[in-house]
Amino acid sequence: MKYDIILAGVGGQGILSIAFVLDNAALEEGLFFKQAEVHGMSQRGGAVQSHLRLSDKLIYSDLIPLGQAEMILSVEPLETLRYLEYLRPEGVIVSSSTPYTNIPDYPPLEEVCREIKKAPVHVLIESEKLAKEAGSAKAQNMVMLGAASIFLPLKEESLKKYIQILFERRGDQIIQTNLKALDLGRQAALASRRE
Amino acid sequence: MEKIVLLGDEAVALAAVQAGLSAAYSYPGTPASEIMEYLLRLSEGGKNYRAEWSVNEKVAYEEALGVSFAGKRAMVSFKHVGLNVAADPFINSAITGANGGLVVVVADDPGMHSSQNEQDSRYYADFARIICLEPTNHQEAYDMTREAFDLSERFGIPVMVRLVTRLAHSRSSVEPREPRPQNEGRPYGNAQDWTLLPANARRRFKVLLDHQNSLQEYSEETNYNQLVLSSKGKKFGVVVSGIAYNYFKEVSAYLPLEPSYLKVSTYPFPVKKLHQLLPMVDEILVIEEGYPFIERFIRGVSDISGKTIRGKLDGSLPPSGELTPDLVAKALGLPERVGLKVTDIKLANRPPQLCSGCPHIDTYKALNEALREFPRGNVFSDIGCYTLGALPPFQAIKTCVCMGASISMAKGGADAGIYPSVAVIGDSTFAHSGITPLLDAVYSNTNMTVIILDNGTVAMTGTQPSFGTGEPLDRLLIGLGIDKNHLKVIVPLPRNHQENVKIIKEELDYEGISVIIARRECIQSLGEKKRSPK
Ligand code: SF4
Repeated sequence: MKYDIILAGVGGQGILSIAFVLDNAALEEGLFFKQAEVHGMSQRGGAVQSHLRLSDKLIYSDLIPLGQAEMILSVEPLETLRYLEYLRPEGVIVSSSTPYTNIPDYPPLEEVCREIKKAPVHVLIESEKLAKEAGSAKAQNMVMLGAASIFLPLKEESLKKYIQILFERRGDQIIQTNLKALDLGRQAALASRRE
Repeated sequence: MEKIVLLGDEAVALAAVQAGLSAAYSYPGTPASEIMEYLLRLSEGGKNYRAEWSVNEKVAYEEALGVSFAGKRAMVSFKHVGLNVAADPFINSAITGANGGLVVVVADDPGMHSSQNEQDSRYYADFARIICLEPTNHQEAYDMTREAFDLSERFGIPVMVRLVTRLAHSRSSVEPREPRPQNEGRPYGNAQDWTLLPANARRRFKVLLDHQNSLQEYSEETNYNQLVLSSKGKKFGVVVSGIAYNYFKEVSAYLPLEPSYLKVSTYPFPVKKLHQLLPMVDEILVIEEGYPFIERFIRGVSDISGKTIRGKLDGSLPPSGELTPDLVAKALGLPERVGLKVTDIKLANRPPQLCSGCPHIDTYKALNEALREFPRGNVFSDIGCYTLGALPPFQAIKTCVCMGASISMAKGGADAGIYPSVAVIGDSTFAHSGITPLLDAVYSNTNMTVIILDNGTVAMTGTQPSFGTGEPLDRLLIGLGIDKNHLKVIVPLPRNHQENVKIIKEELDYEGISVIIARRECIQSLGEKKRSPK
């Protein structure tokens, strides 16, 4: 088994928090993993991506080769499109449909979503709406992780465990909000797959 | 011991602590900052070593050297260009030698993710004639850093560990080993070795040269340099180093036959191993992250007549930028693979931007307006978040070269007749390398204006503490000889815009040196303080 994921979003959206949960869940379940991330500029608002690889065998490359990823998991729809070349033809896109429009030339949202829908397997999630429903617009990343979880080779329990550890220091309310976000994302993805 | 999830940087930090580290020093810089960040986090649990940010890399290096002199184990870490700043003590410390283990961790940034060049630190190690270790993965980063301390004490030289962005900033699991205690009771360094008067230095340099054979022997014998001969895949061989090994192994599985290969993780380059490979093959592909260091070496020192050497010099691999598994696959002759493509829309870029509410925004707006009357003026800038002032909508700055260069270049510019000649520099960059050039400008009473953007932190690399901020900065400037009447403090906020423009204009008009401090805290560091009340 191998499962390569491109994580994408905009700086400040919590991509690396998703990575934290996945890395630790993978270790917990006895899988090999590697996760390359780009960070350094602490300014917010630039494109951010991470290559996350899971496998039951030793993984060599920290980077995913083109056309090899099983999934693009993105907290922002335009960012989803930036990494299409990494996706294998039958790969899945799990993308937010909530745009982050901090640039002047952001294309019309319908066109962006139309491009995403060209992928054979795609799940578009209204992450902002669901995150607010869970209690905080900041929890969009966990909504998206929840949506992705229906495809991932990891147990929901392990994801939950590391969400709790990730937000441990921020108090119980924030933990609950994020767990709820995970669940709402998961339900939304299941519903969209049934359609 | 149990496996843990670590960044490459963190694996190095943990290894140092478990190797009996007594003190570590660093200056923030991507992709090396997380080494010190992790040392600081580990020491919160009451570990008995020192871990400190230093004012710049040269100081950090010399502090570490002092620890080594005292017989204790020391580590200094920074990004590749940080080694330029520390080059003087670095090269000379190979001559003094190390007493307590001295490990220099340098994180190169091929592809320039957040740097002004992609220089390859292996050349520096070669230049200083010391050992360089180049781990390929997280476990090696841990193991090799531990070994680096032992090697440093065994050979009495500093040892370099070279990381690249993709390892420094990649996470994986690492299995640590039993910790070793710190050095106790080792005598101080020998005065004749450490006092580099010419007579001593000549003797010490000879010692270093005499050591080269033992370094070479080590490199030939270590398991980190691995020669794997394939009985089938004759004719074609690969020499591969560091992170490039991962890309090679990732894609070589798709080759009909795995070629013979030499994996290089320690330098001096293992020449004997190369000579075992050479007779087996007609063609060698050299795959390395950074400059064609090994490739040039092979072309230069070995009898390669009749053999084809491929790599970055003949265009089999790109001469600049970062390697990827796809580039390596192509160089190995494997077919290209592609994924999906965006077909109908144009993907707008999303470059990094100043955070909304950032104090630099208000400073640049005021500066741009004040300069409107001076079309022949110029703004020299420096390294930090404020370098983004080069991009629209500000386009306020015309240079960014290296730490502190804004002030020295503004002086040079003023000497050449530029008026107004303005330097824009952050508080931490000023402490790092801005003080000495300002002293120079004061001494010449240069007609220039220095704007210090005092946001109270090293913002770009993740809000580390700054050495030259607040009231102590004001006193420092007075101490340097800045006239009190031409040392102004403004608060960059939209509501102060008109007044700030007026103050900047007055100082541009003043014939002589003036300093304006634009003081308001970085909103990211402000936010962090609010989140963790300490
Ligand atoms: S991190 Fe701080 S200094 Fe940098 S852009 Fe953001 S607010 Fe400005």
